[in-house]
Amino acid sequence: MSKNKNKFQPPTTKPGSALNNKTGDWRTSKPVIDKNICIGCSRCAKLCPDACILMKLDKEGKLKAEVDYDYCKGCGLCAAECPVKAILMKRGE
Amino acid sequence: MTNYKKQKLSPGHNACAGCGQLSAVQSVMRALSDDTILISATGCLEVTTTAYPQSAWQLPWIHSLFENAAPIASGIKAALNKKKKKTKVVIQAGDGATYDIGLGLISGMWERGEEILYICYDTEAYSNTGVQASGSTPWGANTVTTPAGEKSFGSSQVKKDMLKIALAHGLNYVAQSTSAFPDDITNKVKKALATPGPSYLQILSPCMPGWQIKTDQAGQGGRLAVQTGLYPLLQYIHGELSTSSIKKDFKALPVNDYLSIQGRFQHLSKDEIKQIQALADKNIKHFAL
Repeated sequence: MSKNKNKFQPPTTKPGSALNNKTGDWRTSKPVIDKNICIGCSRCAKLCPDACILMKLDKEGKLKAEVDYDYCKGCGLCAAECPVKAILMKRGE
Repeated sequence: MTNYKKQKLSPGHNACAGCGQLSAVQSVMRALSDDTILISATGCLEVTTTAYPQSAWQLPWIHSLFENAAPIASGIKAALNKKKKKTKVVIQAGDGATYDIGLGLISGMWERGEEILYICYDTEAYSNTGVQASGSTPWGANTVTTPAGEKSFGSSQVKKDMLKIALAHGLNYVAQSTSAFPDDITNKVKKALATPGPSYLQILSPCMPGWQIKTDQAGQGGRLAVQTGLYPLLQYIHGELSTSSIKKDFKALPVNDYLSIQGRFQHLSKDEIKQIQALADKNIKHFAL
């Protein structure tokens, strides 16, 4: 028997433990970013409700958007808001 | 795997795909420092980010009763003052907790003049419990408790003016924004935190099930609300309306552009739409948009 059996356990959780919850499997459409068109404005990354679009430098040192498909729920907000239409939603992927 | 340690609200939360509120929350989080304590009232934000035993928050975070966010923040602030700590205290709540359930306690907090930032994510209904009308629900909106049909055009009450209530308390910083303007939100949070005394920020947050819109329309909804004049980007510093940014995004579009994308306004007749246009016109005149 554990020593702490009768000890009160406060209902606290570890910071960011929701990361275990891979919400990518909610997705019915997948955003695909054309990095040739992407101007690196970061609008999609700022608006993403799941904060799973990350701005990364490419080989030429230009900022480009990249989606983390582990968490992307496929809402399509990024594609709708992209000012240069660099993001396409592909159904069923 | 990507490292999300620096993000104050991690992915993996359970909000709807395309949630306008969570989109706005991410813009708020970018403005906060690590030395911040967050308080949530009951609502979608609290429920979707803290499904026990998981939490999406990477800052100290607390939730108690629906109406209780303001007094909890007051208590935390009092403890911080006693310890001579400059930690920022930020409350995040929905419109149900702000306009209706917590209003008395918020008023008390503002009366005491404590340096706490109160952020209201305004979805214009009790979204979390299935879209019942709140004090924030606009005239004519179809909700579960104000159903539109043969004998009703939806909500017969006009939206409560929460900004005026905040201003009446003599707050030094009162502002309004929408989820389509992430940089505007981030700037306003920074400004609010830099202003001494209590401050209030209200952010219009499109709600997929509540507004009956598609998952990719949170940006469009927030943008059209500003462009039609129904929800201008306002900012009051020491009670004075700051005119620097409110005109920038206003386009004088007809309100029907904003109403027609939302399922909750589909039943409205031409006459009823005219009455909503009158509300926008009143804003345009009052704020000289």
